[in-house]
This record gives sequence, C-alpha cells and structure tokens, in this order.
Amino acid sequence: MTTTAEVRNTDPRAQPLLKRRLTLSQRRNITGYLFISPFILGFLLWFLIPALIALYLTVHRWNLISAPQFVGLDNIEHLFNDPLLPQALKATFTYTIVAVPLGLLISFGLAMLLNNQLPGIGIFRTIFYLPSIIPAVASAALWAWIFNTEFGLMNVLIRSLGGPKVPWLQSPDWALPALIIMSLWSVGGSMIIFLAGLQGIPDIYYEAAEIDGAGRWKKLRHITLPMMSPVIFFNLIIGFINSFQVFVAGYLITDGGPTNATLFLVLYIYRTAFRSLNMGYAATVSWLLFFILMGLSFLVFRYIGNRVYYENPGE
Amino acid sequence: MSSSDISLSESTSVSAFEEQAPPSKSRWMHWFTYILLIAVAALMLFPFLWLVSSSLKSQVQIFAYPPEWIPNPPIWQNYVDAMTFRPFHIYLRNSIAIASLNVIAVVLTSSLCAYGFARIRFWGREFWFSIVIATLLLPSIVTLVPQFIIFTRLGWIDTILPLTVPIFFGGGAFNIFLLRQFFRTIPEELADAARIDGCSEFGIYWRVMMPLSKPALITVAIFTFLASWNDLIGPLVYLRTPDTYTVAIGLAQFRGALTTRWDLQMAAATVMVLPVVVLFFFAQRYFIKGIVMTGLKG
Repeated sequence: MTTTAEVRNTDPRAQPLLKRRLTLSQRRNITGYLFISPFILGFLLWFLIPALIALYLTVHRWNLISAPQFVGLDNIEHLFNDPLLPQALKATFTYTIVAVPLGLLISFGLAMLLNNQLPGIGIFRTIFYLPSIIPAVASAALWAWIFNTEFGLMNVLIRSLGGPKVPWLQSPDWALPALIIMSLWSVGGSMIIFLAGLQGIPDIYYEAAEIDGAGRWKKLRHITLPMMSPVIFFNLIIGFINSFQVFVAGYLITDGGPTNATLFLVLYIYRTAFRSLNMGYAATVSWLLFFILMGLSFLVFRYIGNRVYYENPGE
Repeated sequence: MSSSDISLSESTSVSAFEEQAPPSKSRWMHWFTYILLIAVAALMLFPFLWLVSSSLKSQVQIFAYPPEWIPNPPIWQNYVDAMTFRPFHIYLRNSIAIASLNVIAVVLTSSLCAYGFARIRFWGREFWFSIVIATLLLPSIVTLVPQFIIFTRLGWIDTILPLTVPIFFGGGAFNIFLLRQFFRTIPEELADAARIDGCSEFGIYWRVMMPLSKPALITVAIFTFLASWNDLIGPLVYLRTPDTYTVAIGLAQFRGALTTRWDLQMAAATVMVLPVVVLFFFAQRYFIKGIVMTGLKG
C-alpha cells in the first residue's frame, strides 16, 4: 500500500522535473536539429571546410605532389597579368549575355504558343520539352556532328538554301555562336516554368481587360508581363547561374578553341587544376567566379528584383 | 479622355468583327498556331532524327552529300561496334550504381532535412534555411578543387565514393528546398492526429509525410537520377581507371578516340539518350510537376 502511494506521489513530481529540464521549445530545438543534421554536417564537410581550404590555396602554390609553398599574393597578382583569364571572362560573359536573354525570349514565346487548349497540344508540349533532358555529353556529341563543316546538318541546310559553308567550329568567330545556338535547343525547362506561370493567370483579368477594350498587345503588356514578372525573374537568375557554369560544350565540342574562343571560366579552372596541376591559382580563379556570381546576383536582385510584381506580397 | 477614346473605338471594332464572322477569325488563329507549332516541332525534332539516322549509316553513307535521311540499309552493327569498342556494359553498370545510390541518398536525407525545415519550429531555423538557399545559388565549381583535395586525402580517388557519399548529407539544397515546399502543402491536422495517437516526430515524418509525398519524392528521384546520369565533370575529376567509368565519361573518351567515326559516336550517344527518353515517357507528369514546383512556389 505505502509503496504504491509513494510511486503515485513521485510520479507527478518527476514529470514536472523532466519538463523543467527540457521545455517544449528545447525539445523542439533538439528534434529540429536532429532532422536537419545531415544538411549541417554536409554543409560543414563539403562546403565550409572546402571554402577554407580554397582560401588557404589562394596564397599557396601547390601541384598536389610536393608540399604547398606559400607565395603570398602571387596568385591574386597573376589574375591581373594572366593572358588567358580575360579570354575566359570574355567567352563566359559573351555566352551569358547572348544566350540567357535569347533563351528567355524564345522559351517565353514558345510557352505563349503552347498556352492553349487546341487538340494535340500535349504532343507539342512534349516535343518542345524533350531536348532539354538530353544528357549534355550526348548532346555535345550530336551538335559537334551537326556543326561539322563538311557534312553537318547545319551546313547541309544552309547550303540547300543557297548559303555559304560556315566553318562553325573551326573559326573563332563562329564557335561561340554555334554553342549558343546549341543552348537554344534545350530551352524546354524554362519554357515549362513559363507555361505553368501563364496558366496560373486567372482568366478574369483578361476578360476584364477585353471589356475595357484592350487588344492582344495591351493584354500582353499590362496583364501577362506584370503577372509573369516573378517567373521571368526566377528564370533569369537560374539562366545566369547555369550559363556561368557552362562546361561540357566547351570541353567536348571545341576543347576551349579555336584560339580560346570558347575557353569558358569553368573549363579554364578545370584545366588549371587538373591539367596544369596549379591548385593555388585554380582556387583563386574559383573565388573570382564566386565573387562575379555574387555580384551579378546582387545587381539582378537590386535592379530587376524590385520591378517584379508580386500579387500577394509577403507570401 | 484619349484612353477612353481608344477603348471605345477598339470595343466597337471588336464587336463589329464578332457580328461579321467570329468562327472564321478563331479558325484562322488556330491554323496559324498549328503552323507555328509544327514548324517549331520540326526544328526541335531535326537533331533527334539526325542523331538516329547518323547512328545507322555506314562509313560511306555518313559522308554523303546530300545526306540520306533514312539509311538504306540501316547498319545495326554500328551499335554492336560502339558497345564493344570499349566495355560499355561496365560503364552502364557504374552509371546505374552511382545514380541509384544518389537517388536513395536524396530520398532519405533530403526529405529528412526538408521535414525539419517545413514542420519543426526550432531556434535558428530561418538562419539555416537561408544557408540552404545560399548554397542553392552557389556554383558547385567553386568547391571542386578543395573537394578534390579532401577526397585525395581520404583515398577516395578512383572510387565512386566522391560521387555518392556527399549526397547522403542532405542530398543537395535544391532537393531540400523542393521537398520542403511540398511538405508545407500537406495539412498540419494529419500530423496532429498522429501526434495525439502518440506518434513521435520521426514517426510522423516516416509514416505520415513520406507516404503522402510520393509524387514529390518520385519527382526528386527522377531529377536526381538524371543529374547523376548526365554528370561529366564529377566522373572526369574523380574516376581514373576504365573499370570505374560512367557512360558520360565513356562517351567523352569515345569522342577523343574515334574522332571521325561519327556513326559510332552517334550510336553511343543514342544509347546514352535512350534511357532518359524512356524514363521521360513513363514518368512525364512527374517531370512537369517537378519543374512547375521549382518555378512557381519559390
């Protein structure tokens, strides 16, 4: 009897004690961190520590074999007198500045074209989207063959229309345009995002505008574009980030050439690190790429981000 | 004043048009749309036709001008030659192994982290989620060189470990972000009901959220598989001996070794494309869903 009474007495006392030791919010904190612990660990192991190593490498010269040698600011100085870096920057910037807006324009146009309920429209959506999932390596092999000067599809078509034989991949002037054309083949991803955005615009807006007498152009200008601006913004950011990291096309189709016309920044980093075994300088250029992307993202958010129209701000 | 004038004139013209012949206008529009659609579709399909057609040509046919679109006879031997020139079956096996491990890693760990971010209110959640977004925007190339050094020290070079183990740590910011967005759309009441029944937080995640999130998980799994299947720079940096090669690197090496054998190159490329296209046709709606989720709920 007494023992059970004691147990009954200690039980309610023990519980608040436990609760005092671990409040609800504390327990929530522990569970929360347990759940996201893979990410935190991964962030430390594969991101923060590598970033610190990269920082260390920027002031060292290291070929992976002998011991790293402290060189102070030599690597950073080399950024300014490296003859290949301006070429890599030029190729990357040109590619981005042309391919991203052109890709956005085309994918937006295609999304508008697909945004209807015509019979068979699903087949067209599939066909337009399909090229964007083709593996980059396979796509590179295919387009290298398409741009073959003598027997490639592109020149076959141009010649059948009476045009000249374009030395696509042999000429420093044509190689970059060739890779840009190739990138336009796979605009399907952003096209589908645009299409979903277009379908999300309520019909009432267009009906109201029609009653007010708005034509096709006015509806596009005053309803579609403002309503789509967050989606356009999203695709723009993703486009920038992707095109700055273009690698496979430059590596496989042109190998950076001819005369470094397609020596993209990532390809240059890859070569510096794994062909020249210049880890210190490769890390330095990686940091440069990082700062360029941060700077560009900042500019895009600052000057374009505030023009974006959000229907439900704060959501 | 002027704006009302415009709207008036336009509305009258529209109504006048409608009185005349509304169906013919829309029919014209339909035809015009179809013509544009077919033209673009032809442009999109041309490279595919060229790929398959070239892969079935003889060495003579491939350099013929004007080109034959349907090779006669089709040289199926090209596929055999392309697959046996290098041990492609080993590459296929490696690619499938790496991609499958990546899928498992993402489905298990991305969803775990995503649940934490979506459903548990803990101290510092906003901070860590902003880190997720930051790593989402950062190019992976920035950490390539130091990561290579870490993996060298670990003795992981020339194994599939650098291409699989890191994925088990959260499975990438993109997937965490995507699954978090999806988890937030599942009604909280379901979790509350399980909680009242004495279900732990992990139990809610595993027994309530995961089964309800199958569509999102399949989407994430597909995109993970594709990313791994298509990846070139990772295998290029970490794999050294042909025994560990993936299809992507096999095809890349192929280009270097058989520069002028476009027929074999196209056959090998077709073999690499085929699984992706098949996957796409079987799981089309998950593709579309995934893209839409990333684009609109951000």
